[in-house]
Parts: sequence; structure tokens; C-alpha cells
Amino acid sequence: MNLLGKLSWNAVPFDQPIVMGASGGMILGIVLVLAWVTLKGYVPYLWREWITSVDHKRIGVMYLVLAMLMLLRGFSDAIMMRGQQAVAAGGAQGYLPPEHFDQIFSAHGTIMIFFVAMPLVIGLMNFAVPLQLGIRDMAFPTLNSVSLGLTASGILLTNVSLFVGEFAKTGWVAYPPLSELQFSPGVGVDYYLWSLQISGLGTLLTGINFVTTILKTRALGMSYTRMPVFCWTALASNLLIVAAFPVLTAALAMLLLDRYFGFHFFSVDAGGNAMMYVNLFWVWGHPEVYILVLPAFGIYSEVSATFSGKPLFGYRSMVAATMVICLLAFTVWLHHFFTMGASANVNAFFAVASMMIAVPTGVKIFNWLFTMYGGRVRFAVPVLWTIGFMVTFVLGGLTGVLLAVPPVDWQMHNSVFLVAHFHHVIIPGVVFAAFAGYTYWFPKAFGFKLEESWGRRAFWCWFIGFHVAFMPLYVLGLMGMTRRLQHYDVLAWRPWLLVAAAGVAIIFAGVVCQIVQLVVSIRGREALRDVTGDPWNGRTLEWSTASPPPAWNFALPPHVAERDAYWAMKRLARAKQGEPAQAREYSAIELPKSSAIGFVTAFFAVVGGFALIWHIWWMAAFGVFGAFVALIVFAFRDEDEVEIPAARIAQFERARKAEVAL
Amino acid sequence: MNIAVAIDDVRREAAPAESEAGPPPKRIVVAYGFWIFLLSDIVMFSALFAAYAVLARATAGGPGGAALFNQTSVAIETACLLASSYTCGLMSLSISARRRGSTYLFALVTFVLGAAFLALELREFAGMIAIGATPQRSAFLSAFFTLVGCHGLHVTAGLIWLVVMMAQVAIKGLRPNVERRLICFSLFWHALDIVWVWLFTVVYLMGVNA
Repeated sequence: MNLLGKLSWNAVPFDQPIVMGASGGMILGIVLVLAWVTLKGYVPYLWREWITSVDHKRIGVMYLVLAMLMLLRGFSDAIMMRGQQAVAAGGAQGYLPPEHFDQIFSAHGTIMIFFVAMPLVIGLMNFAVPLQLGIRDMAFPTLNSVSLGLTASGILLTNVSLFVGEFAKTGWVAYPPLSELQFSPGVGVDYYLWSLQISGLGTLLTGINFVTTILKTRALGMSYTRMPVFCWTALASNLLIVAAFPVLTAALAMLLLDRYFGFHFFSVDAGGNAMMYVNLFWVWGHPEVYILVLPAFGIYSEVSATFSGKPLFGYRSMVAATMVICLLAFTVWLHHFFTMGASANVNAFFAVASMMIAVPTGVKIFNWLFTMYGGRVRFAVPVLWTIGFMVTFVLGGLTGVLLAVPPVDWQMHNSVFLVAHFHHVIIPGVVFAAFAGYTYWFPKAFGFKLEESWGRRAFWCWFIGFHVAFMPLYVLGLMGMTRRLQHYDVLAWRPWLLVAAAGVAIIFAGVVCQIVQLVVSIRGREALRDVTGDPWNGRTLEWSTASPPPAWNFALPPHVAERDAYWAMKRLARAKQGEPAQAREYSAIELPKSSAIGFVTAFFAVVGGFALIWHIWWMAAFGVFGAFVALIVFAFRDEDEVEIPAARIAQFERARKAEVAL
Repeated sequence: MNIAVAIDDVRREAAPAESEAGPPPKRIVVAYGFWIFLLSDIVMFSALFAAYAVLARATAGGPGGAALFNQTSVAIETACLLASSYTCGLMSLSISARRRGSTYLFALVTFVLGAAFLALELREFAGMIAIGATPQRSAFLSAFFTLVGCHGLHVTAGLIWLVVMMAQVAIKGLRPNVERRLICFSLFWHALDIVWVWLFTVVYLMGVNA
């Protein structure tokens, strides 16, 4: 018996300098960070305050850190692809061999969707939703930490594939029969499948957590129609997670059974049906688009209302549009493969449904415009991202309506026109929103604002770079260029690809500006400090508490009487000015206790996942058994809450009042 | 002024609408969250059902449902599972009445019935594999083993969960968090019944004609 399964020294690609350089750099980076943390003596602090924390704010920040790191990884993949296509014209083969190029575009898609966009959105929801709802934490705080652990495990496994073995060469969708064992005998697809199964479980638990939190544990007085729009969009997004992710789990599980046990779900023989995978994948995949973009719409709503100094225009229509999109999201999946050869009537149904979804989206755009119209718009960085989004997204959406026409789709299918379209909606839709949300909530999370001018530079670089990088792809798509080409013979494409590469360079400048912005802001944090807790003149409850908020969020549970609860409180306070202030009575607060279970689960998930990928069966059994034992030990613990005494809360509040007075 | 409207106003002031009442007790939140999980689990099963429906005729020249399914055995399985749901309900009543003795008794009966269901299912699988009707034989059999096996795995997980819960009752007593978990367990167990009723209908009853 082979103790190490398929694993051997051959798995490490010593002969590929680019891969070895990249993984060497990554490993060196990790080692340096770990060494620095250890030498500085930060390990106990990190363990106590972050890794074992079940505080939704900390968990949200950790999701965002993961997402930003993975954004750098996914973006390096993008740079490599653009670089390759800029040079590999005619007889030239470029610097990337086909099998490496295939892994790069697969990893780029997988990482950007699952390990950048998802943690960005989930991180921001984690940070802001409980604060906006006026509560102390999520419904299931410890489960939240487990979700983070599982997401991080998936991320780790995907990155390990760079150094040990290979990643999928199938594209991020891993369609069979190509992804079947017969045609992809390596471990690449297994890395893909197990990473997504593990992180997908984490996402599902997050979805359950948020749906319960939003529907069941809002502050006193916060009826559904008083909920901030971001909470509504978070609800819609998480309902979609709960309803869509299990389908992905099932589809990937079937592919795993095909690969590991020779089942015939999607195989070319014995009655397997490969198109069933494609259907199941997009039954998850299209709702996934809205899982990402609905919370983004929520961020834009918060930003446009706050920085216009006006309530959101058409709150009810905004909520209705969100929920309509939530439903319609499940009626359009077939537009991802009109070329399957379904009957004209089937295609027509999905085409009409796809075009219909543009209607509620249009409602939202008008709501934001009317929110700004007549307001005193402050052109802070979050507003720049918002306006940049609106201009860009409308065009991207229009190319989507174009692609929803089946005859057009038959021409454009799998061309770079499609690649341009989905980047055109996802980058302004999700990434710009995440940057807006990051700038908007940063002072709440850390107590100081991000520096403005570097933020503006980052925006302009991203905005211009995006257009320079992706508009040429529309032209190329119309010229007949298909996606995922390692090299091409049509020399007429080359000028456009050079322009696209220049666009990526401009975006790169934007990323550099963001890193500089972070460094400059941390260094100048005293000047940028937010002592009031309300740096933007906000409207929702998160701005009513200190920046950064204490572990218990609110010293007294807020009582909500109308929409834009904090705005109403500020108005009331102004009206009551001059009246003697009442002394506030604080009572002790129960908080969920920190727990290592998230970290332990992540450890066993990584061990078990790695073992399954490499067919190391004893180690896989160890991973599963270890996770089980950890769960049992956790279930038998005696205390799951700690009490914060009233005196400590009173002391914190007094200190804060003094600060605000200064 | 309309009196009915006036009374309505008074009532509204007295008791705030449910959606404004603030967070409910923990056991309600926990059970609610578990319901959401069960819904997601049912979505996963529906994907497996869909796959089964697509592949039900794809026997690739191998045996179909009519040749493989033994109605008597499946009927006994169904009876075991439905009866175990009943005894699980009795266990819940014992927990509410804080009677530990009968809680153990009904948990034991539930466990035995669940284990009997599982034993019969495994015997069915073993019989099919013995005559060459393995999941590798055809797409239909792949889908069959996955769908029925996934339910079987859920039952197995439920049995393990039940044992752990009884250990918790014995060691920790019926503390609030143990009670909450028991509520979740019984929701889980009943949900498995619902899935089985569908499975019985779609796979075994409709499969006889295949």
C-alpha cells in the first residue's frame, strides 16, 4: 500500500521557472510574515483577539483581508494572461506553455469569483449587517467563525495547488466530459472540486446565519420596512445562498463520484449526460451573480443616501426590485448555454426572463439618480466609486441584454465579447462596490478614515484602466476571437490586445495607489482619526456607536422608531438640546465566548481535503474523524457566554463622551 | 370616527407588530436557523432528484428499476422509518415533560427502528451489487445509489447524533442548550421522513414500471 497516495516529488513542478518563482515568492512571503509576527510577540494577541474571535466585526475584517490578498493573486493571473496574449501572435508562442496558461485562466476565474468576490461581499455584510440591525452579534456567532475557517481552507487548498501538483485546466466552470477522469487525469480538477466543496459549505452556513439574523434578531422596533436597504439586499443575497449553493454542492459531488468511483453522471458512456452538469452548475451560477451584486447594490444605496444628505429615493421600490431580482434569478440560468440546442420555445422563455431582469435593475439605477438629484452630494471617494459604477454598469448591462437574444448569443457564445460583458458587470457591480464599502466603513472598523487623495487616484486608475482593458475585448469578440486562447494566428487582433494589456497596466497603477493609500492612512492615522463615530453624517445605526465599536456594539439596545434610525435620533437630539441630559443606566451584557473551533475545523478541513485530493486515505479518515471529535468536544463545553459588567460599559461610554467633547 | 378603526389604533399601540418586537428567545432563533438549514438540505436533495429523473431511463442495457426493486423490503423499510418518526415525537413529549426515563426509552426505540431501516437498505444495496447492478454499471444506477445513499447517509448521521444527544442528556441533563439541540434533532429526523416519502414515491413506486 502506498502511504502517500498519488503524492510524490514529481508533483512539485521544479522544471517550470515561472511556477517555482511564484510559489517561492508566496512561501517566502508567508514565512516572513509568520516570522515577523512571532518575533514581535503578536501570536498570543492574534490568537486571542482574532483567530478565535467570534465577533462579527473581526470576522468581517478577516474575510476582507483574505479577499484583498486573493485579489492580488487573481490579478497577477490576469496580468499574465494579458501579457501572454499581447505577445503570442502569429508564430510566437509567448512565455506560457498551453498547460500552464489553461491553469491560469481556470485559477483566475475560480479565485476571483469564490475567493475574492464572495469574501468581499460576505466580509462587508458580516461587518455592517449586525451593526445596522442594532444587535450585538449574529444569530450564531461561533458558526460564523467556522464559516470563515472553511472559506480560508478552500483558499489555502487552491493556493497549495500552485506548488504541489497542478490546478484545473478546464476553466472555472469545469464542464464535463473534459473534467472527467478520462480527459483530466491529474489532480487539478480534484483541487478545484474539494476547495469549492469545503468553502461552499462555509458559504452555506454563512447564508443560514444571515437569514436567521436578519429575519429573527433585529433591534426593538425595527420592522421590515425600517430595515436599512443594505440589510434587505443582504437578506436577498443570503436567501439565494441558501437556495442555490446546495445545488452546486450536489453537482460537484456528482462529478466527484464520477472521478473517484467511476459513476456515470456526466460521462460520455453508460448513459451519462454532460449537459446535466452544465444545467445544474448554472442553476447555482446565475443566482450566484445576484448573490454578489445585490449586496453591492445595497452598498451603493447606503452611499448615495448618506453622501447626498437625503433619504434614499423610493425605498419601497428599491426593496421590491431587490426581491423581484431575487426571484427572477432562478429563471434565467439557461442563457449561459443557449447553444445547448434546446427548443426555440425554451430559449425564448429564458431570453425573455433574462431581459425582464433588466427592469428591476433599471428601477434601482433611477432610484440612485433621484437620490442624488436635488441633494448636496459630497464627492467623497465612495461616491466616486458609486458614480463610476452607474456609468459603467448601465453599458455592461446593455451588452447583457444583447447577449440575452439567442441568435446574437449563438454568434457571441464563448467569444471574448462575453468575457468583456461579464467583467463589465462584475467589476463595477461588485468590485467597485466593495471598494466603496471598504472606504465607507473603514473608519467604523478602525477608528480612522482612509486618506482621500490616494483614494481618488486609485479610483481614476481603476475606472480608466477598466475601460482601456475591456472595451477592446468587445471589438475582438465581434472580430471572432474566442476566449481562453493561449496563442492566435490572426495578426489583426494584436493591436487591440496590446491596448487591453495597457489597460491592465493602468489598473495595476490603481492597485498600487490602494496599497499606498492604506500605508499612508495607517501612518497618518492620528490626523485622520474619527472620534465622533459618525464621520460621514450617517443615517443608519452603525454610526451611532463608537469607532471602532466595542465588542458589545451598543451600550444600550437601540430602539428604532422610523427608517434611517440614527438620522432620526440625531434630529431628536437637536430638538432636545438645552434639556438636561439624563444619566444613562447600563446593565451587564452577555457576549458569546471566543472559540478555537473555527480554527480547528479549518485545520482538519485542509488536512482532509488535501488527503482526498491526493488519495491518501488514512489521512482523509484522520481529517474527518478529527473534525468529528472537535465537534463533540465543542458540544460538551460548559459555558458559551461571558458577561461584560455594567461598570466596564459605563467606563467605556464615559471615555467616549469625553473624546467626542474634545 | 369609525369605531373599528379606533379600536385598531388602540390595539396597535398596546402590542407592537411582531416584526418590531426585537429578538425572540434563543430556542426560537436556533430552531428557525435549523429550519433554514433543512430547507437548504431539501434543495440539495431536489438536485439529486432532478438528476435521478433525468437519468432514470439511462440504463445502458443494464437492469432497470422493475427488475431490481423488492417492494416488500422497501415497504418494511418505510414502515420502520415512519414508526421511528412517531417514537421520535414521543421522545419530544417526554423531554417537554422532563421525564428522563421515557426519553431514553423512546430514543432507544427510535434508534433501533432507524438502524433497522439502514440495515434493510444496506441489504438491498448488497443484493444489487452482488448481481452486478453496481453504480458503475449505468447512469441510472449511479443516480439511484447516490440519491438513496445520500438519504441513508443522513439517517446514519442522525443515528450518531441521537447517541451523542443521549450522552449529553445523561452527562449534562436537560439544560437549555441540550434541549435546543434535541429540538433540532427531531426536526432533522422528521425532515428525513419527508424526503423518504418522496423517494419512495419517485424511485420505488414509479420505478416498478421502468
